[in-house]
Amino acid sequence: MSEMKTAAYICTGCGIGDKIDAGTLEKIAAKEGKMALVKRHEFLCGAAGVQMIRDDIDQEGVTHVMLAGCSRRAKSEAFDFPATATTRANLREGVLWVVAEGGEHDEIRQEMADDYVRMACAELKKMKVPAGNPATANNKRILVVGGGFSGMTAALAAADAGYQAVIVEKSGQLGGWAARTWKRVPAAMPYAEPQETGVAELIDRIVSHPKISVHLNATVAETRGAPGRFAVDVATESGAAHSEEVGAIIQASGFTPYDIARLPELGGGAPNVVDHAGLEALAIAADGGAIKRSDGAEVKSVVFVQCAGQRDDSGAHLPYCSGHCCATSIKQAMYFKNANPDVDTVVIYQDLRVPGMGEDFYRSAQNKGVIFTKGKATAVKAAGNGLRVDFRDLILDEDAAVEADLVVLATGQVANSGVDIELPDEDPAKAQKVSILNLAYRQGKDLPILKHGFNDSHFICFPYETRRTGIYASGPVRRPMDMQQAGEDAVGAALKAIQAVENASLGRAAHPRSGDLSFPNVRLEGCTQCKRCTVECPFGAIDEDEKRFPVFNESRCRRCGTCMGACPVRVISFENYNVDTVGSQIKCLDMPDEFSEKPRILILACENDAYPALDMAGLQRHVYSAFVRAIPVRCLGSVNMVWITDALNSGWDGIMLMGCKKGDDYQCHFVKGSEMAHYRMSKVDDTLQQLGLENERVVTHEVAITDNARCARLINDYVAQIMAIGLSPMKGFG
Amino acid sequence: MTGNIATNSTLLVVGGGISGMTAALEAAECGKEVVLVEKLPTLGGRTAHLYRYFPKMCHPTCGLEINLRRLKGNRRVRVLTMTEVVAVDGERGDYRVTLKIAPRYVKDNCTACGDCAEAISSEIANVYEYGLARTKAAYLPHVMAYPQRYVLDPSIIGTAEAEQAKAACKVGAIDLGMAEETVQLNVGSVIWATGWRPYDAARIQPYGYGRYRNVITSLEFERLADPRGPTGGKLLRPSDGREAKNIAFIQCAGSRDENHLRHCSRICCMASLKQTQYVGEAYPDGSGKSTIYYIDIRAIDRFEDFYQNVQADPGVSFIKSKVASIVEDKDGNPVLHGVDTEGYHRYATTHDLVVLAVGMEPEANSIRLPDSILTDSSGFIENSADGGMFGAGAAASPLDVNRAVQSATAAALRAIQVIHKTAATESTA
Repeated sequence: MSEMKTAAYICTGCGIGDKIDAGTLEKIAAKEGKMALVKRHEFLCGAAGVQMIRDDIDQEGVTHVMLAGCSRRAKSEAFDFPATATTRANLREGVLWVVAEGGEHDEIRQEMADDYVRMACAELKKMKVPAGNPATANNKRILVVGGGFSGMTAALAAADAGYQAVIVEKSGQLGGWAARTWKRVPAAMPYAEPQETGVAELIDRIVSHPKISVHLNATVAETRGAPGRFAVDVATESGAAHSEEVGAIIQASGFTPYDIARLPELGGGAPNVVDHAGLEALAIAADGGAIKRSDGAEVKSVVFVQCAGQRDDSGAHLPYCSGHCCATSIKQAMYFKNANPDVDTVVIYQDLRVPGMGEDFYRSAQNKGVIFTKGKATAVKAAGNGLRVDFRDLILDEDAAVEADLVVLATGQVANSGVDIELPDEDPAKAQKVSILNLAYRQGKDLPILKHGFNDSHFICFPYETRRTGIYASGPVRRPMDMQQAGEDAVGAALKAIQAVENASLGRAAHPRSGDLSFPNVRLEGCTQCKRCTVECPFGAIDEDEKRFPVFNESRCRRCGTCMGACPVRVISFENYNVDTVGSQIKCLDMPDEFSEKPRILILACENDAYPALDMAGLQRHVYSAFVRAIPVRCLGSVNMVWITDALNSGWDGIMLMGCKKGDDYQCHFVKGSEMAHYRMSKVDDTLQQLGLENERVVTHEVAITDNARCARLINDYVAQIMAIGLSPMKGFG
Repeated sequence: MTGNIATNSTLLVVGGGISGMTAALEAAECGKEVVLVEKLPTLGGRTAHLYRYFPKMCHPTCGLEINLRRLKGNRRVRVLTMTEVVAVDGERGDYRVTLKIAPRYVKDNCTACGDCAEAISSEIANVYEYGLARTKAAYLPHVMAYPQRYVLDPSIIGTAEAEQAKAACKVGAIDLGMAEETVQLNVGSVIWATGWRPYDAARIQPYGYGRYRNVITSLEFERLADPRGPTGGKLLRPSDGREAKNIAFIQCAGSRDENHLRHCSRICCMASLKQTQYVGEAYPDGSGKSTIYYIDIRAIDRFEDFYQNVQADPGVSFIKSKVASIVEDKDGNPVLHGVDTEGYHRYATTHDLVVLAVGMEPEANSIRLPDSILTDSSGFIENSADGGMFGAGAAASPLDVNRAVQSATAAALRAIQVIHKTAATESTA
């Protein structure tokens, strides 16, 4: 890499020049910031301003650019200099628009702008343009674990886009539950009749597709590596083992129907009581004719008990709804009605849940004479040659009963999600479960499991973002769903897998820092093998070697910097984001003395939500104190304790950390980063005590992106609090 | 933007809401060239108007911020706002698309400084606030608008106000001579992510929307609850600005009704359950009361937890009933009439405010789709006859955000399959 040549560009547009003295900023950039070139422009983002910068890059050899003007969130298209290290001093949204109007604020407004220029210059000199990882991984095959409807659909979707796919299916045939289904709920107009499943054709296409290979009676014995270079040992029942090299993995391991034997009060386990799968078997045997019970008797009356062992708040059964069961029971009731309209079909339901065009399917069933009764079944007992279903009629609010030859319990889907890696090893619940992926990862064998046993993820906007890069859960393993949704989900998962292999081959990060070429560098000679990075990485990206040194797998890494925040000896860094890029900003201030009545408050703000929230506070002109200085961080999890101690030692009077919501309903884009930061900061009191400082000098807030007025309020309240306890006695020792 | 930048390896995404942005970004992050067109002046779509999402009660703008950052950092996506598709000719793998670009009167060198808005006094209904507030006729659509550029409303063009706005712009970004443009592109595949619009509640005549000021839609209620909204997050009823404490939510307003929308719109039950929590948030002393009038509560799959929590909320009650009619009493309070089907008794209940959980109608019903697009009886896109165009998100089915994003991701791959096949055919030809 050629030598660094820095340049500072100070924009006076948007009123910046009216309120802030650009001459002072130029001097600071040149003298303190030691920028080789310093220029001023009245409209930097305009064509002439941008051309000036481009010319300096092309003709003057500028490699590092500091732009003082608007926020990093604004005008990013104009300031697009790919091979140049670039930073922004936020004078518009961060100073001009938030500092109160009036001459009495001129001095502190200017000081704020001065500091942001100092900080940007300090950061810039510590930055490098990420060169990218030369050791990219180029395998673009896609492994699909599970050969049911989801898995087959995903494999075909990938293969039809030109990528090779490998299916590993644990049973002896493809098709999963879908192959054991007589007909499916309609997925196209007119939504009136059960339709063919299409599974046989799907299997034919898989088997004859030149880009798809299939292992039957096979499971994944071990998965090593990372996106673009996974090595997967496939174990087959015969004992033969294959190793498959793949670039990404789709986990379509499906579901198991909830065991009806656990519902004895509803007749589970008794004769002539079946679940949906049991009824499908009877329907396949009847093949359009009269459906017969296992004893050969023709069914003349059937009752469907919805939510059997589901939506249960007692803790005994499944607490959730499986979503598909209402439509599935309607479909199965039609099997009877279509074969013989005289068969009595009763569906006992609490809420009939057929969203979208399912409503037409429901209407069609009503037209066929299927009876829907709002009620809750309490018991299913043998009665004569058949059964009696006792239920509470929820319309009449009275107990009622209905007799039937056959009872179908609409039980739920239980995810085949593997072992819960967050349970302790000796936990018996874990011992009973079989791993799906057998990941040779430091953090455990399977994808993390969320509520109710389903796999990642529960991001609303980013449903595919699991915590294991390049491994995507698809189908009912991640949310209960019907065939229609499983099909969509599988195609989406195939796209994400393709994206993962393409990213890995270019050394680029996946979501949410898509395209980021930086990756963590570790200076192993300084490492103390404390394992914090390997334990705290939200994505399981870091393994340990036999000497317990961390082994970074870049293509698993999402570049959040949580490892960097965790490292007590500060040996982990990114080329453009590291302990120095932030630390140098903290230490470069012109710190007023203890008696100045000008406190300095450091804000470390998550760049995903808190920093935009501050920015938009500016856009809406919510005034806040000019005593704060905000630094965006990739994630609060990347905040290293040394920044806190450096800030306190440098005389900062208070530190505010602003990150995303943690916990079950996390909003942290790196899932665990914010939680890690909160945990680390819960121990900051010891540090403060050692320095003889008050606990209030470091505070942590959860801030949402909409908290614009609230951010301003938090800042102003905190400044008042710091003024009340007095400025830091540490000034002048830094 | 000229015709020759796009090729039949380019993918066109119509609609810049969360589905369209997702489809465009997912394809672009697989290395594809994408043109994303949006009819309005900003990306973001319907979700950008929502205060919170169910079930996590997180903020839609949080995901929007990430998607905008992905977009800003990706040179493969070209965004055209104020743009509509007027014609699609050709066939799978080789479409010729005609676009109409409406004048914004503001060029891309706008810095969003706001001087033009300061300089004028004309106001227009604020579309972002569903008309619950007014905004200057030179405006930034909302605080997260992208592109972050002002717009001049056509109503002031030709007036002195427009000249004042132009004079106030220090960077010369206002061009009052801008006119509608028509451009043509070649693309290989088209994703229709045209989204949805709220069913016109005024057509549900017995509910009095439009006649009774205290009958509002669920979308308007989102804006009332948002601290950044027109009431600063206070639940003030439109008639008299009084705090609404006793609020009725009417489910299936337009949905599941063969006279209106025959489909179930899927999201409305969860949206109302979520909105009852806004009421709790607005009145921490517990003085807020929500009543949900429903047919079935469709809190599907993992949302059941949320329903159970709301059921346990003492401030929320449920009445199984399709409300027959609403009348207004002398104080402007809406009075709901109907029969509670659990026990079959009639009621006439007075509330401060009624929120209609309006259904999702495909926005595509208001535009002319190419003839080869097949839609279902409600107008949702099923597919295209030649297999080269796809519906995504709420254009394809009434979906919540999570499912819309899945659908859009799937649509992106289907479009890539078309482009790859075209490329393969050409390389062997």
